[in-house]
Amino acid sequence: MELTGAEIFVRCLADEGVEYVFGYPGGAVLHIYDAIYKQDKVEHILVRHEQAATHAADGYARSSGKPGVCLVTSGPGATNAVTGIATAYMDSIPMVVFTGQVPTSLIGNDAFQEVDSVGITRPCVKHNFLVKDVKDLAETIKKAFYIATTGRPGPVVVDIPKDVTANKCEYSYPKRVKMRSYNPVVKGNQRQIQKAVELMLEAKRPMVYTGGGVILDRGAKQLTDLVKKLNFPITNTLMGLGGYPATDRQFLGMLGMHGTYEANMAMHNCDVLIAIGARFDDRVTGNIEKFCPTARIIHVDIDPASISKNVKVDVPIVGGVSSVLKDMLEALATNGGKPDQTALAEWWKQIEEWRSVDCLKYDRSNNNVIKPQYVVEQLYEVTKGNAIVTSDVGQHQMFAAQFYKFDKPYRWINSGGLGTMGFGLPAAMGAQFANPKDTVACVTGEGSIQMCIQELSTCLQYGLPIKIVALNNRYLGMVRQWQEFFYQGRYSMSYMDALPDFVKLAESYGHVGIRVEKPEDVRGALEDAMIKYKDRCVFLDFVTDQTENVYPMIPAGAGLNEMILV
Amino acid sequence: MRHIISILMENEAGALSRVAGLFSARGYNIESLTVAPTEDPSLSRMTLVTRGSDEIIEQITKQLNKLIDVVKLIDLTEGPHIEREMMLVKVKAATPELRDEIMRLTGIFRGHVVDVTPTTFTIEMTGEGDKLDAFLRALTVSDILETVRSGVSGIARGEKRLSL
Repeated sequence: MELTGAEIFVRCLADEGVEYVFGYPGGAVLHIYDAIYKQDKVEHILVRHEQAATHAADGYARSSGKPGVCLVTSGPGATNAVTGIATAYMDSIPMVVFTGQVPTSLIGNDAFQEVDSVGITRPCVKHNFLVKDVKDLAETIKKAFYIATTGRPGPVVVDIPKDVTANKCEYSYPKRVKMRSYNPVVKGNQRQIQKAVELMLEAKRPMVYTGGGVILDRGAKQLTDLVKKLNFPITNTLMGLGGYPATDRQFLGMLGMHGTYEANMAMHNCDVLIAIGARFDDRVTGNIEKFCPTARIIHVDIDPASISKNVKVDVPIVGGVSSVLKDMLEALATNGGKPDQTALAEWWKQIEEWRSVDCLKYDRSNNNVIKPQYVVEQLYEVTKGNAIVTSDVGQHQMFAAQFYKFDKPYRWINSGGLGTMGFGLPAAMGAQFANPKDTVACVTGEGSIQMCIQELSTCLQYGLPIKIVALNNRYLGMVRQWQEFFYQGRYSMSYMDALPDFVKLAESYGHVGIRVEKPEDVRGALEDAMIKYKDRCVFLDFVTDQTENVYPMIPAGAGLNEMILV
Repeated sequence: MRHIISILMENEAGALSRVAGLFSARGYNIESLTVAPTEDPSLSRMTLVTRGSDEIIEQITKQLNKLIDVVKLIDLTEGPHIEREMMLVKVKAATPELRDEIMRLTGIFRGHVVDVTPTTFTIEMTGEGDKLDAFLRALTVSDILETVRSGVSGIARGEKRLSL
């Protein structure tokens, strides 16, 4: 039987196993919305802004490992989605974004709500398609999911003109697709893996540095096995938190610009660096000239272009993280060797010395003002470390990364690469849909939350019991911090004046609002949010210290060993 | 250093802009770029001339390989290869002396006169860039009315080939 393009579209999603589509209707996608109306296999979640649709799909993907799906209309629908697409691209998140397009006969005509969606999104997608013929629709959708979820994952945009959704053809969804131009390598080169294992065993001051690739490729278990077996110290990037249990002794905390003293010092002084699923981002390396001066470097990554891009490496291994780690464990067992235990003991002694600096300490004596770090610590305790935590971007993001100890992957969800304010709340929605039984907390600031505040309406519509933990210091905190350090305290435009009453705002959307002004009330408010208002969306407005800064900090141009400490 | 990168890619709308976009987004330079379908109409062959350190060229080839539409590529400058560029030059040729001189120069450079009017000649010439530059230098600047160059095409010497 022949189906319309719109019917084919929803059938494809159902056959692909898509549970949720995050989207917003409009003229160019009306046929598709009609087809969605007539079926019940795929559930459509109506957001309040297309940016939120992409972030929600992103949060769904990050917390479940499955691709996120969105659907937006042409023109402004597509342009509003661009920020979310770029966010997913920078963090390699599997996502398929469908954009409506004006009918093929009008393309290039400056038609109503027409933009060149393929052109606009090209620099921030893994790949994109314009479907010009309904006969190509099903195969293109299959390809989109295949490309988005394999190799180094990323967002794929499929632009569908309105007439393509009306035209008819026979439907069959391909079981698999083969593309001669796209064959990602999964298995690492065995000789390189051997070499890496030999180098690891020679190490006197080893350091393991892992990133988002471990999470994306489900390699946390193998990583933990390897690191435990070798008794090596390990650090995670901002994107890699949860890849190794944060409460474990061998974990040195996050590294980089706001990383811990022990992690950064161990990086700087190591003699063998094992980088796994991480990409030597500038926020991690600091001044590249001063990066790991004494280390020989092993780098495992699925993307060959990430290897030796910023830092020249000695043993490159192209492959999927979990497959390579599995092979490394085997090679290690076959080799039978052990690292130099005396040297390793000496190295650990040095690391413990660095750790004893207690670089994340903050003033706990002040009973009059709430410290943002304290709120995150209490959140960790109240949720017993089991919450899914999303964040926006700024000081609160760093405090969450530093003070919430993630023992498991898929629990820490933030915009690491692009640094997108407004990400936290819609990402939390996506995470809540993927994990209906889990506590989802959005750690945010009074600046960031206002960038997608309209999603409180979506939370009401779908009864999402998200806990918004706003660290409200009436400043764009990270901007203010840089202005204090590097612009002699000229706080240009970083003061957040004329804030709304967040409690009333939350209540007007039908949620619970709680304002907390004293340190002694922090714990109780969090417990109320998690227990008393378990099934409600709660906006916790914590009035925090306006002058608190994120430490340690590596200033621009400095090396990892040149941190500013408290 | 100058590199000639030869790319076999899907003959799809937008494939060229993906390559061009990659170069501008990452700040690589393109000296010349030519592209046309191959004997297999589903494939296009692109020849791209660029400059950069070894590290930059390595990144360029890796980033190009990452593009979904790119099927295969080689850096021709890594081995013996032939490179050619085609040029069309329109010159003033209004006097018998000038016409003789241009015919002679064209002969020396192994070009062809492909169009003639009472006042102009149009010359077709193929060769490496240096040769084309030399020919242009040999002409009197004020006599050159128009030049069109195709950009470099290249192929590896011997049995080495870029194909599926």
